Amino acid sequence: MIVDQDYLNTKGRIFDIQKYSIHDGPGIRTIVFLKGCAFRCRWCCNPESQSYEIQTMVTAGKEKVVGQDVTVAEVMEEVRKDAIHYRRSGGGLTLSGGESLLQMDFASDLLLAAHMEGYNTALESTAFADFNKIRDKILPHLDLFLLDIKHMNSAKHKLFVGQPNERVLENARKITDSGQKVIVRVPVIPTFNATPEEILEIAVFARSLKGVEQIHLLPYHRLGADKYNGLDREYYLEGIEPPENELMQDLAEVAKSTGLHVQIGG
Amino acid sequence: MKDVFYGDIEKSPRIPRLVEHLYAKMPVIEADRALIVTESYKETECEPVIIRRAKAFEKICKELPIIIRPEELIVGSNSIAPRGCQVFPEYSFSWLEDEFDTVETRSADPFYISEETKKALHEAYKYWGGKTTSDLATSYMAPEALTAIEHNMFTTGNYFYNGIGHFCVDYEKVLRLGYEGIRKEAEEELEKCQVSDADYAKRYHFLESVIISCNAAITYAGRYAVLALEEAEKCSDITRKKELLEIARICAKVPAKPAQSFYEACQSFWFIQMLLQTESSGHSISPGRFDQYMYPYYEKDMREGNITREFAQELIDCIWVKLNDLNKVRDAASAEGFAGYSLFQNLIVGGQNEAGVDVTNDLSCMCIEASMHVMLPAPSLSIRVWNKTPDALMIKAAALTRTGIGLPAYYNDEVIIPSMLSMGVTLEDARNYCIIGCVEPQAPGKTDGWHDAAFFNMCRPLELVFSNGMDKGVQVGLKTGRIEDMTTFDEVYDAYKAQMEYFIKLLVNSDNAIDMAHRERCPLPFQSAMVADCIKAGKAMQEGGAHYNFTGPQGFGIANMTDALYAIKLLVFEQKKYTLSDFKKAMDNNFGKGLTLDKVTQLTSEVAKNLVAAGKQVGENEITQIFETVKNTSVSAEEANFYDSMLKDIASLPKYGNDDDDIDMFAKDVAYTYTKPLLKYTNPRGGRFQAGLYPVSANVPLGAQTGATPDGRLAGTPIADGIGPAAGRDIDGPTATLNSVAKIDHGIASNGTLLNQKFHPSALSGIEGLQKFAAMIRAYFDQKGMHVQFNVVSRETLLDAQAHPENYKGLVVRVAGYSALFTTLSKSLQDDIINRTTQAF
Repeated sequence: MIVDQDYLNTKGRIFDIQKYSIHDGPGIRTIVFLKGCAFRCRWCCNPESQSYEIQTMVTAGKEKVVGQDVTVAEVMEEVRKDAIHYRRSGGGLTLSGGESLLQMDFASDLLLAAHMEGYNTALESTAFADFNKIRDKILPHLDLFLLDIKHMNSAKHKLFVGQPNERVLENARKITDSGQKVIVRVPVIPTFNATPEEILEIAVFARSLKGVEQIHLLPYHRLGADKYNGLDREYYLEGIEPPENELMQDLAEVAKSTGLHVQIGG
Repeated sequence: MKDVFYGDIEKSPRIPRLVEHLYAKMPVIEADRALIVTESYKETECEPVIIRRAKAFEKICKELPIIIRPEELIVGSNSIAPRGCQVFPEYSFSWLEDEFDTVETRSADPFYISEETKKALHEAYKYWGGKTTSDLATSYMAPEALTAIEHNMFTTGNYFYNGIGHFCVDYEKVLRLGYEGIRKEAEEELEKCQVSDADYAKRYHFLESVIISCNAAITYAGRYAVLALEEAEKCSDITRKKELLEIARICAKVPAKPAQSFYEACQSFWFIQMLLQTESSGHSISPGRFDQYMYPYYEKDMREGNITREFAQELIDCIWVKLNDLNKVRDAASAEGFAGYSLFQNLIVGGQNEAGVDVTNDLSCMCIEASMHVMLPAPSLSIRVWNKTPDALMIKAAALTRTGIGLPAYYNDEVIIPSMLSMGVTLEDARNYCIIGCVEPQAPGKTDGWHDAAFFNMCRPLELVFSNGMDKGVQVGLKTGRIEDMTTFDEVYDAYKAQMEYFIKLLVNSDNAIDMAHRERCPLPFQSAMVADCIKAGKAMQEGGAHYNFTGPQGFGIANMTDALYAIKLLVFEQKKYTLSDFKKAMDNNFGKGLTLDKVTQLTSEVAKNLVAAGKQVGENEITQIFETVKNTSVSAEEANFYDSMLKDIASLPKYGNDDDDIDMFAKDVAYTYTKPLLKYTNPRGGRFQAGLYPVSANVPLGAQTGATPDGRLAGTPIADGIGPAAGRDIDGPTATLNSVAKIDHGIASNGTLLNQKFHPSALSGIEGLQKFAAMIRAYFDQKGMHVQFNVVSRETLLDAQAHPENYKGLVVRVAGYSALFTTLSKSLQDDIINRTTQAF
């Protein structure tokens, strides 16, 4: 390759690589999960993603080390294995977390490396970082931003997520204003935001963002619940049922009223 | 692409009623055919065998009871009971007599048999002692081959007990010429025969037998014309009366004469298909490229406004139902290997023609639609895929996959065509390939492929490496040396290859012996009339009359042998954690997890032999005593711990199926230990052997006969399915599995490879799910995978897994970015996933 390949040596910390992901961007994708997050969402299905520290988690009765330091080159070796599937489906690499933007240089170089090999890139993120850095390091190498907006009320946001929402909303505006293609994603969590009013508020905001045409409503699921046990942590949402199909349809209708294209699930 | 590909045609209300009638009762064994054949054979004792076969077929066509089932539009049944079956004493019979009292209650494919039928068959069987193909085949086999079979090294049971089947006749020609046209061709050849020709007697009789057979088929259809007329006369429902009169008209015309409408072509096709399965008991008699040879009739009727698309669909649906009306009783062991009452009538749509042009058409999609309408196992629907396959066909096929019926199977033109070329098939013929039975490619209408010629268990030779060729006290294999004395991995691997080569040689001996027996005892004039070049050559297919001849036995166990040899390589020779003796002990003791009955018997006989060798008297009492001692011996706690840590170490090694180049490339080489040696051999019909890599469902029963293997597989448990990874060892998702499997050399396995994949329906939800699924298949095929089929896990399966977790240890569910072994999840999470499954469509 002609370009200086230093970016291949950038190091970062990941906790999983998942292939044949079909719900996080176009085509068949490989998701690289970066470790560490600024939020502590109570419903988080990947609680092992939150701390940057390498941890031990018990799954299916066995201890498993969660977290691994790797170079961009090492990640790309794994990502490259499904290149033929990306080519056929228009897929590529999706970064998820945790919050990838906490490892800005690593995330930047992963996206660059993927672009250098011709793969579509996507980032699933809360945009909870310095906008100038996002603009300079991430957006040049990004095809699709899957932007999580969880609630419009900052106090409630802080209560369930651990951080207020001002920065998220402000960055959402700036990112879309820059011309970046964005899909807004909303985790639908009973007791938090699973009401028509709250979803409508988010949808109205999303609709006001430049160029945003799509919103995905992701129904809460409990598939990460066992992991809290494995990490010796309390699961605050114990006993909360996933939203009924009917409710999801109602919420989708409400969101549609803004003129957005709405999809249930990723 | 025309939107016609997406258009679902409404199902006629007739179809569910036909299906209901077909499945109302347990299938029945009927004696009529056996009695007719026996009588005919008694009448023809002194005649040439080919004439005897033709006359027996003629008598069947004249006398076999016939029936038109309620509401049928396509008629012709070879049993009175729905899904009933006839029996074929000329191939073998003693197994059925032995199983008379258990065939109704056995777990795999039970059949009802009346006392009256038992009695009649028992009488008929008196004639057949020593006269069957299997009797003759046994006498042709080398003693060491018989020993190898007895010791479960491989099984050639399918063709040993049954007819061969596994062909696709030239349906197009029969539709176009009718049997009168075929008969004329035989008559013209007969004219050319000179009494002074060296092969006059053979040739003359064969052509005579073709003429008798064509007339027989015409007679049979004529009986249906009469029956339909009689029923029409009695029928008070005016709509049905008209239908019966139309059936009568059509049966009086085809298959004697050329078909001139789509309906006539459908009925003509059906008579061909069902009569082939009355002539012999072979299965996998495959309709092949139905969408191609039927298309001219459909196109003409549509163009001229003679038929509606809805009625054409109804006729296709009726044929689909009829394909499930045909049935066959197998011996108990084979029934397990081919479980599901399947006759493997493979019907393939899409793909290119002789000139390399994609010929996917409206019928291709209507065939997929028909499978959605009937939701039955037959036909084994397949689709041909290449770069120019319309996406619409892929999406339609994916939509059928999503129903969870396990159809269609997907085949890759880009691998199969060159693979056939490498075996001497012409480019035009290769481009026109169809699939026979499970996965076997063939040039239709001109091939005697002998696909499915054996199951070869690739795990057993490794067991013999560890025992220096001994099995249950008998020297079954080669003496490749004491395992304890081997000092390099190459020595172990070379010993494995030597055992493989040896048993492949015996497999060839066994197949060729059976081949000879069929040639001498059961040449088949009716099927030969429709396969080139039999009429020109004046020889039946069984005598080498077909244009192309092959024998295709299949090996299985690649994943287990790859993981096993890799474990030995790493743990014994690289990490030096264990010795070969440790592995031998672990295998002998089933990793401390209890001995199988087989193993106890083997150890008992070894102990007894040692005692005899030492000059001790060993009687029945002593043997019982040794047996009990061996059975009750348990491993010490220390040993148990040792084996457990060994299993843990084996489990932690890389495994085939996770897109890891190092072990996947090794798998490629392991597959060659089976595929390459076979290519050296030829069969009595003048054709070559070619390898298949697939087990049908034999990996389960044959796994039960296999001891523990060094990959940590316990004794008696199933062997890996097809060329896929061992169950539960692929942990990196479907793309990784496909990438791994594609590294095996599929092209050299010209008898076919088989990959089963399991999917959660959420992966196929919505149009986007179907698109991504289709893209994944294309990406697998870009890497030169040959075949793939999918089990979409249904809600019912998940509920069953919840109730019986022990049967579903390897079931992975991938939902919403989180994958897990289903059975390790808590009840409430399992419920979530089960609920999601229902939401998926």
